[in-house]
Amino acid sequence: MAERTEYYNPEYFTNRELSWVLFNHRILGESKDVKNPFFERLKFLSITASNLDEFFMVRVASLKDMVHAGYTKPDIAGMKPKKQLQELNVATHELVKEQYKVYNKQMLPGLLQHGLRIIERYEQLNEEQAEYVDKYFMENVYPVLTPMAVDSSRPFPLIRNKSLNIGALVYKNDNVQEVTFATVQVPSVLPRLVQIPQDGEEKVIIFLEQIIEKNIDKLFLNYQIEAVCPFRIMRNADLSIEEDEAEDLLKEIEKQLKKRQWGQVIRLEVEAGVEKQLLDILKEELVIEDDDVYEIDGALDLTVLMKLYGIDGYKHLKNPGYTPKPVPEFKDKTDLFEQIRQGDVFMHHPYQSFQPVVDFIKQASKDPEVLAIKQTLYRVSGNSPIIAALAQAAENGKQVTVLVELKARFDEENNIIWAKKLEQAGCHVIYGLVGLKTHCKITLVVRKEEDGIRRYVHLGTGNYNDSTAKLYTDVGLMTCNEQIGEDATAVFNMLSGYSEPRSWNKLSVAPLWLKDKFLSLIAREKKHALNGRNAHIIAKMNSLCDPDVIAALYEASAAGVKIDLIVRGICCLKVGIPGISENITVRSIVGNFLEHARIFYFENDGKAEVYCASADWMPRNLERRVEILFPLEKEEIKQKAIHILQVQLSDNAKAHLLKKDGKYDKINRRGAELVVAQDIFCSEASDVVKSKEEKEHERVFLPKVHVE
Amino acid sequence: MKTFAAIDIGSYELEMKIYELSSKKGMKQIDDIRHRLDLGSDTYAKSMIPYEKVTELCNILNEFREIMKTYQVTAYKAYGTSAIRESKNTRILLDQIHQRTGIKIDVLSNSEQRFMDYKSVASKTEHFNRMMKEDTAILDIGGGSIQLSLFEKGILETTQNMKLGVLRLQERLNHLNASSAKIEQLIDEMITSQLAVFKKMYLKGKDIKHIIVIDDYLSVVMQKNLYENEPGYISKEGFFAYIDEMKHMTLSEIAEKYGIPGENALLLLISSILVRSLMSLTGAQLIWASGVSLCDGIAYEYAEQNKIFKVQHDFDADILSSAENISKRYMGSRKRSETLATIALTIFDSMKKVHGLTERERFLLQLATILHDCGKYISMVNLGECSYNIIMSTEIIGLSHREREIVANVVKYNHNAFEYYEALGMNSTLDAEAYLTIAKLTAILRVANALDRSHKQKFQNVKTTLKEGNLVIHVDTGDDITLEKGLFQSRADFFEEVFSVRPTIRQKKSL
Repeated sequence: MAERTEYYNPEYFTNRELSWVLFNHRILGESKDVKNPFFERLKFLSITASNLDEFFMVRVASLKDMVHAGYTKPDIAGMKPKKQLQELNVATHELVKEQYKVYNKQMLPGLLQHGLRIIERYEQLNEEQAEYVDKYFMENVYPVLTPMAVDSSRPFPLIRNKSLNIGALVYKNDNVQEVTFATVQVPSVLPRLVQIPQDGEEKVIIFLEQIIEKNIDKLFLNYQIEAVCPFRIMRNADLSIEEDEAEDLLKEIEKQLKKRQWGQVIRLEVEAGVEKQLLDILKEELVIEDDDVYEIDGALDLTVLMKLYGIDGYKHLKNPGYTPKPVPEFKDKTDLFEQIRQGDVFMHHPYQSFQPVVDFIKQASKDPEVLAIKQTLYRVSGNSPIIAALAQAAENGKQVTVLVELKARFDEENNIIWAKKLEQAGCHVIYGLVGLKTHCKITLVVRKEEDGIRRYVHLGTGNYNDSTAKLYTDVGLMTCNEQIGEDATAVFNMLSGYSEPRSWNKLSVAPLWLKDKFLSLIAREKKHALNGRNAHIIAKMNSLCDPDVIAALYEASAAGVKIDLIVRGICCLKVGIPGISENITVRSIVGNFLEHARIFYFENDGKAEVYCASADWMPRNLERRVEILFPLEKEEIKQKAIHILQVQLSDNAKAHLLKKDGKYDKINRRGAELVVAQDIFCSEASDVVKSKEEKEHERVFLPKVHVE
Repeated sequence: MKTFAAIDIGSYELEMKIYELSSKKGMKQIDDIRHRLDLGSDTYAKSMIPYEKVTELCNILNEFREIMKTYQVTAYKAYGTSAIRESKNTRILLDQIHQRTGIKIDVLSNSEQRFMDYKSVASKTEHFNRMMKEDTAILDIGGGSIQLSLFEKGILETTQNMKLGVLRLQERLNHLNASSAKIEQLIDEMITSQLAVFKKMYLKGKDIKHIIVIDDYLSVVMQKNLYENEPGYISKEGFFAYIDEMKHMTLSEIAEKYGIPGENALLLLISSILVRSLMSLTGAQLIWASGVSLCDGIAYEYAEQNKIFKVQHDFDADILSSAENISKRYMGSRKRSETLATIALTIFDSMKKVHGLTERERFLLQLATILHDCGKYISMVNLGECSYNIIMSTEIIGLSHREREIVANVVKYNHNAFEYYEALGMNSTLDAEAYLTIAKLTAILRVANALDRSHKQKFQNVKTTLKEGNLVIHVDTGDDITLEKGLFQSRADFFEEVFSVRPTIRQKKSL
């Protein structure tokens, strides 16, 4: 544990949840940005909605647990759980308000402008449309509905987490006094967006819940309908306690576990203008406080916009799909191993194709000289070619070891299915480690060559998932460096349950995270600064919330180290604190691709060191992770990584700068040329391929001459 | 090129290392797999390894076999050390393991194990040679005991075993329930008396400059973060400063600072204090911790035996040198030993076709000639018995227990009447083959001894010819050899009994 210096002052930290909300605001900002193609803006809005859902289920839920458990330890910003919840409540309400402002003021009019009419209220339907909708209801919807009324013999039904429902107040024809609550779930098996056939150019779309609302009287035949309102709830259903703050928390919660209210509702969304009596019933039955009720000015659950994004056509309103460019080193090469022997290969996805990584395993599976393939898998795509190649390798008699991390959030079921598949093929499958989450991304291929065993290693910052590799920006290294090969072997020995090696060559591997390594690298820069030498840190990651690292950064900044951080998401560090963090800049890039690479640059007085890692600067006290930090040592490759950092630092289009007041603002270009880092990487990736082709063509092509 | 696996079944850990052995590149380690399994506690407390542990051991060994298959390993060697050795039912245990895993385990005696450790250090040729330029002590710290070996001019002088192993010391400390501040002082007290004896006996006139450490705790730290210019190396000043710093730290602080598991912190402290005591005692200036393990020695030995690559260091010279030092301590006559060796080895060589023994037995014979009279230090009458006892209770590094017993018996029967195997019966721990070796070497040594009966080294120049069932020993001396000739008769009878070859002396008088 690092010493608690003045740099740990809670005033110097931002609460991580509030910082997260700011991150979601930045994404929301992209949906407002008219420079983005219109459908992309829809997508960004949809992403903010699904992000918020996950945030509630995981983070808010766990804060609620803490409050229930009477846990009062403050976070790094000095906020107790109750206080965090209070502030968060204000922040999330604001966020939702903003979301619907965008939805109503920009998205709906925009859609109409582009010939897509969204029918928000069934009352807006014309006669013809209404007829179609009613027919659609009877044929498709009615058969799958299960309306439920509440009375003395029928208790309040179980409302499923994240499901969309329609609540209603009904009364018997003969008894106006006795109102009853009834509800029906909007079936998730049917598409939520229903297109109404139409003459002419315009497309007309109505939400499924509106169709049901229109026909709700058909569900409660002997009743009169007094009020109807769609609602949606979010439950604290997450069994696993997901907390980073303190080790003693787990014990505390375990103690209190019995008192915990299972499946407690933590958020209720209702349409704005809901009938008061109906809302009161919901609140009472769902046991929820006013603070956790969100009155929504529009359609509930905006994740549906992703479906809208996916409808055919409107190509001109979407980003032209980007096709990853081939990695020049591997282009037209049939033998990857030979290429790797000639030198390490550094890859930048998705600008460059992920295919070489897939081919690496494919080739290994067939190569008679390959003895073994070992790989860690965290999240893989549905129909993963990597899984197929691994299975093939096992069938070809290679020794195949795969570590499958089952604890990957929300992905458990999927993981188990293909893990079984691998086992059947004869792979040795390790289902994670007790008490540790294996987060590192590493592949090892052992080959028996003429002059002995040679090991080929791929190290990456992203998962072995060929689908997300098209969307997430990540970097990877392929090498047959002996020392890294030894380390890679040791990593897999460790993951197989054997002891940690006596020492590591190049990799920093830690179940206890790589904090010490980072702290010492930061401290070294500080030392250089104090000695009047050049000291500069550039670090790119997804989240920054480890108090020890932040304190170390403050200390380094105070000593004069220039620190430039590129942090996509949560950042608990504050900039511009006099004497503390005046030398620190923080920027966040939100673009079409999800920024995911972790790259760390340390100037080291002219002998720069560059590292890549699978880890963010986040504490993981309860959920320990196996992570790997690997150095980039070849000068040429180091330069490539530094280039990535520099281009991102010069981005003035998609980058948001963190300001003293804790808010993020887009960079004021003041007439400077527009720099979009992700676009630059895209065009550079094609240039690199082109220039290689040109070089080859110079020598290869001969003009054909017509000879009589 | 050969892919070789070395397996060490230690008291607290199983380790397998995979190597590529080739003449070109020497020894290249390609994998190192370790699994914690505490066999020692049970053996030391109950003399038996419980069933569940045997099962776990077999499971791991089966996994090791799979790994060997992956690497297409062509040869392996598996050794058990004290936990297996000191178990009551070693043989049953080994057979069971063999049946369940197909892996054959050999058991190392302490001196073999230490010799192997020593070889593992020597396998780091460049470092080893660098250290050996000055007089050096190798401190091999085990769980139960430490082995301290002194080297002069690169050759082993002496080696002693002391029951000061880290786990043993830790256990004693646990009984004392000492506060952490006192630990350092207590350890010092525990080891000083024994080390002082060592100093008195063996360190006189020595100028030890370097210390090589073989252990599981300090070496790790010295390879990782506690070093000066090069991993593994630290000067006396640096080391003493490190200990001074440790004194003021709690065990958990030590663990954190050096990145080791908390349970190892005390063991690290004990190892460090052992090294410091030795430094103070010898005045050594530089420490090198190689970070090697027994497996390196196993692979090195395998390569040496199979002549895969040339071994630079002459390990036999080490054994001979330490035997000479034992002889010297008991006031043996070096000159006489040399004459005896010349004659005995000449006979051995000319009898090769008859006795069918190997170079190793020749080496044992040489050792026997060196140690042939050590017992006279105690009693001139019971020379044979006393010599036997001295040899059996002195550790000669590099010799297995069986080999030591052969040497001791050869020396004994050189003086005492030979006892026949059949007469020894159940009392003997020796197998028939060892017995035959003893008989053959004894016969040779006796003849040689007879030729130098007067201890006046009359037979400087001996030649032998083997012809038609006769071994003719040509001696070139102007001296009177009546005494030798007279004694020769009875010795020749035994020689003939063993080899069916009659030795005769032929004197050539040079003028």
